[in-house]
Amino acid sequence: MSKIRVVHYINQFFAGIGGEEKADHKPEIREEVVGPGMEFNKQFGDDAEIVATIICGDSYFNENLEEAKAEVMEMIKKYNPDIFIAGPAFNAGRYGVACGTITDAVQNELNIPVLTGMYEENPGADMFKKNVYIVATKNSAAGMRKAVKVMAPLALKLARGESLDSPEEEGYFPRGIRRNYFAEERGSKRAVDMLIKKLKGEKFVTEFPMPDFDKVEPNPAVKDLANAKIALVTSGGIVPKSNPDHIESSSASKYGKYDIENVTDLTDETYETAHGGYDPVYANEDSDRVLPVDVLRDLEKEGTIGKLHRYFYTTTGNGTAVASSKAFAAEIAKELVADGVNAVILTST
Amino acid sequence: MRLELGNILINDVQFGDKTKVDNGTLYVNKEELVELISQDEKIKNVDVELARPGESVRITPVKDVIEPRVKVEGPGGIFPGVIAKVDTVGTGRTHVLKGAAVVTTGKVVGFQEGIVDMTGPGAEYTPFSKLNNVVLVCEPNDDLKQYEHEKALRMAGLKAAIYLGEAGKNVTPNEIKEYENLPLLKSVEKYPNLPKIAYVQMLQSQGLLHDTYVYGVDAKQTLSTLINPTEIMDGAIISGNCVSACDKNTTYHHLNNPIIHDLFEQHGKEINFVGMIITNENVYLADKERSSDWAAKLSEYLGVDGVVISQEGFGNPDTDLIMNCVKIEKKGIKTVIVTDEYAGRDGASQSLADADPLADAVVTGGNANEVIELPPMDKIIGYTEPVNSIAGGFDGSLKEDGSIVVELQAITGATNELGFNKLTAKGY
Repeated sequence: MSKIRVVHYINQFFAGIGGEEKADHKPEIREEVVGPGMEFNKQFGDDAEIVATIICGDSYFNENLEEAKAEVMEMIKKYNPDIFIAGPAFNAGRYGVACGTITDAVQNELNIPVLTGMYEENPGADMFKKNVYIVATKNSAAGMRKAVKVMAPLALKLARGESLDSPEEEGYFPRGIRRNYFAEERGSKRAVDMLIKKLKGEKFVTEFPMPDFDKVEPNPAVKDLANAKIALVTSGGIVPKSNPDHIESSSASKYGKYDIENVTDLTDETYETAHGGYDPVYANEDSDRVLPVDVLRDLEKEGTIGKLHRYFYTTTGNGTAVASSKAFAAEIAKELVADGVNAVILTST
Repeated sequence: MRLELGNILINDVQFGDKTKVDNGTLYVNKEELVELISQDEKIKNVDVELARPGESVRITPVKDVIEPRVKVEGPGGIFPGVIAKVDTVGTGRTHVLKGAAVVTTGKVVGFQEGIVDMTGPGAEYTPFSKLNNVVLVCEPNDDLKQYEHEKALRMAGLKAAIYLGEAGKNVTPNEIKEYENLPLLKSVEKYPNLPKIAYVQMLQSQGLLHDTYVYGVDAKQTLSTLINPTEIMDGAIISGNCVSACDKNTTYHHLNNPIIHDLFEQHGKEINFVGMIITNENVYLADKERSSDWAAKLSEYLGVDGVVISQEGFGNPDTDLIMNCVKIEKKGIKTVIVTDEYAGRDGASQSLADADPLADAVVTGGNANEVIELPPMDKIIGYTEPVNSIAGGFDGSLKEDGSIVVELQAITGATNELGFNKLTAKGY
């Protein structure tokens, strides 16, 4: 097998060009191994080699983000590497952000595996650890040898498309991706053992660390309801009878948009729920219970609201990934804004 | 309260002239069983099929799985308040046809029933692939409403399990296991130096295909209460739910609740297992607040040092789970919660619909959104068409060759939250 081709990105400091006074150094590429690349090449042995090193000043990169990114990407493209490595950046903040930004872009736009490394408190770690593999390093360059020892084998695995072991075993920051596996013991025994440890004050490892939640502040109240255009959006799965777009009963991959121009009431002959996560009997009898078209028509007639928007949007919230929900919402919101909708009644079940 | 479970090990099931257990084989008189189930006028047609471990058989849509048991000594009968008269169970002796089960299937009631494969990759995820199954295929009357349909099937499964269980009444069990829990004060007196532990079991109680029954009472009409773990072993709790079948407790799961068994395993050694609290998972916020208040209050009253809390279901009940956990932790009682995850097919989304830093000890049954391909099977018991619309399936789930691509969500018991399985997940 031929050697794995590596392109390496470092800053002006690690290239030996200079410190802060040289931080405006523009991107340059050298077809040689520079600075920490030596250590990488040593670790790679015969498996891989650095074919080019890109050097860029930290200030230049961060102050000319789009431009610098584009320039560096062009340089990388030319060498068509099997893997792109940036850093390690240790606790250098702007260097860390540059490493995160450029690896993220290379991974997404060039579809090339990437790896970087930095200290856990480097702002780049928080910004990019969910997107790219970042090896946890010490906070200063004194940890270089140790960092490269972890990064080099990981880079080889990534370049070969091999699956990685857990973050603890491989030394990278957890990316928050959940993967199933079969444990040694059944869950009930693991629970009892965990409780015993917790009671004794011994160290135990939770199987699911609590996530940080995305809390959404409600918008201020609509002041002029009488002139407002109101739309209905639901995660309760109300669809025209027979679910024409086959929205899934759980873990929805899509949402529906349906015209209610002349509809004043949802009946058991015209609408139903596609949602598999709640007792559907009452929603099927009268879907207004979940999507209150009837009441909004009354309010429209009485002049309490200006107008009910012509379309409603619907999906099933049941077991649907937050990432999917966010994507649906972004599209729906865009259309609602374009259609001049002032407020949305969002019903859940 | 002291109960002996006499396990009669079943390693094969066959049809025969007489329903009996002989040398580890369960023989089933098909006509007699069909006749018994057909007595319900709501059921139009019944068929009985057998499915053994390793056979190329797919059962779907599965509603419930029930272990045949029979009361040999002591008051009451199996499934009190539902099949047997109301009487406190959980003492004396009960025989179990260990390795056998009744599985109910037939026309789909909702979107929610599950899949049991007896071989192949799907079989790894459902515990019921390891059992010798007597499968009831029940067709309801045409005009039957969903609630009545669900109830008719639920009762059919329980009746069949009782009928088969009777065959074990006079059989000498292969092994006898004893379970005893003492009155609270005596238990504390007996093990003064061990930490006192209770088990808080959350019961799904959200309506059609989401209900659970305790001594025949619909759990959504109950307040959180105390129950003896041995009562559960005699069928005090039965399942009326299979929505997103991966993390719903079948009646089989209740009868064999592994948290109860593993707490008993450590009882008198590392812990003092003093009791059990059951609490529901209703849809109204007021109910959630009330039920979790009571779960916390009862935990405090028992004076326990720690509890294991098991959830049933996901999404909406995540709020009940976190309420129970937080309120009990705030009483100074340590908790471990048992749940599962809906992290998206790529595993990258947040897994629970609610969270709190106090929930620092979590056991997970795995990510139910993970996708699996189930190869075609030689034989289908039931119908495969609903897999395109059941929870975990999608348009196109069922391929022309009979293979199925679904989320684990659709596999009965795959991510069970009583910790029945070894499946779990970790972060990458």
